[in-house]
Amino acid sequence: MKDKPKYTIAVTGLNNTDNPGPGVPVIRALREAKSFDVRIIGIVYENLEPGIYIENIADKIYQIPYPSTGSDNLLKRIEYIHLKENINILIPNFDAELFTFMKAEEKLKSMGIATFLPTIKQFEERHKSVLPEYGKKYGLDIPESKNITNLVEINKLHNEFVFPVLVKGKYYDAYLAYNAAQVVEHFNKISAKWGVPIIIQQFVKGTEVNVVALGDGKGNTIGAVPMRKQYITDKGKAWGGITLSDQKLLDITHDLIKKTKWKGGMELEIIKTHDNKYYIIEINPRIPAWVYLAVGAGQNLPEALVKLALGEDVIPFKNYDAGKMFIRYSYDIIGDISQFEKLSITGEL
Amino acid sequence: MKIKKNIAVSESGFLFDSNTGDSFSLNETGKQIVKMLNENRSEEEVRNYFLNNYDVEEGTFENNFNDFINMLQNLNLLENEG
Repeated sequence: MKDKPKYTIAVTGLNNTDNPGPGVPVIRALREAKSFDVRIIGIVYENLEPGIYIENIADKIYQIPYPSTGSDNLLKRIEYIHLKENINILIPNFDAELFTFMKAEEKLKSMGIATFLPTIKQFEERHKSVLPEYGKKYGLDIPESKNITNLVEINKLHNEFVFPVLVKGKYYDAYLAYNAAQVVEHFNKISAKWGVPIIIQQFVKGTEVNVVALGDGKGNTIGAVPMRKQYITDKGKAWGGITLSDQKLLDITHDLIKKTKWKGGMELEIIKTHDNKYYIIEINPRIPAWVYLAVGAGQNLPEALVKLALGEDVIPFKNYDAGKMFIRYSYDIIGDISQFEKLSITGEL
Repeated sequence: MKIKKNIAVSESGFLFDSNTGDSFSLNETGKQIVKMLNENRSEEEVRNYFLNNYDVEEGTFENNFNDFINMLQNLNLLENEG
């Protein structure tokens, strides 16, 4: 029997807290890959990201500086890690770091590090702040929305929207507001954290359903699995979910990937109304934290993403199991101060 | 009248709609009605079965049966009849 190749894969997003990053589930998927073995390099920003301390997740940990400190710093650090570890593939999992890594795609490639990320155009045009235009361009139903940059505009919202509305930050956070006073409150909270614009989106009543998908960059959908959140945390994150057989969700996903030639992982956040309309409320340009459900349902999308990154032909998945569930849990790991010390002092573990 | 194709009903009376992710528990009566509907039995046959096998007045059964069917309809569990 032919030996399986072994790849060194660097993965970020090991913060599986109550607002979990996708790193740990991506790594679990890669460790279960049938077509290759892995050595995992965990890339972290903070020294208390839980994935650092979970057994059999990362083989080695490196801390890196936040992209906000400048992409040169970040890339120098990646170069250093690469010299020591000889990284084959890098899978970034944070929205806030994606832009830096997409910009550096060629540089990383010249170093010998493969990625499989959306293009800058694909990334930019699906931003929350321009989602309605995106909907018009690609024929998707998107709730009415408006970007606001100051408090004065809030008083006029009742002319264009029916309360309640969602008040959203450019990258993170979304709160429901039932009147202008609540919009002001959320505006102040979100703008202090993420700046402006703040996005006001018409609230659409219905069931929230999500799709995790992988596009090959040529218009083909390599895999797609829809899920309904069954248990949602106060941060709006799925703490439990179930795979669905909803063909319409798959059709929307295939159509979008075909039209945009989407490259890489994506998550569609959709509201299905009681009269069976599907409104796209967000498009995340990366694998979501619940991707391990897709693996459990029969589609190891991170494995397929690695193969695409290496330029291999990947046969699209045809099936998955509906009715597979995931349930998250919290669990206390015992660490030792020496681990924390080593990571804090040397930036490695 | 028939339960939608994408809906699975287990022996224990657990009903799962794989299209929406909704799930429901049926009691013995509900389970029997759903079983008979899935066997393409007519409303008349369902009614006769219950009147013959259970100690129930026709009017009482009729009311409860209609309520149950309305509930299945409202929950979008029945095939649309064209």
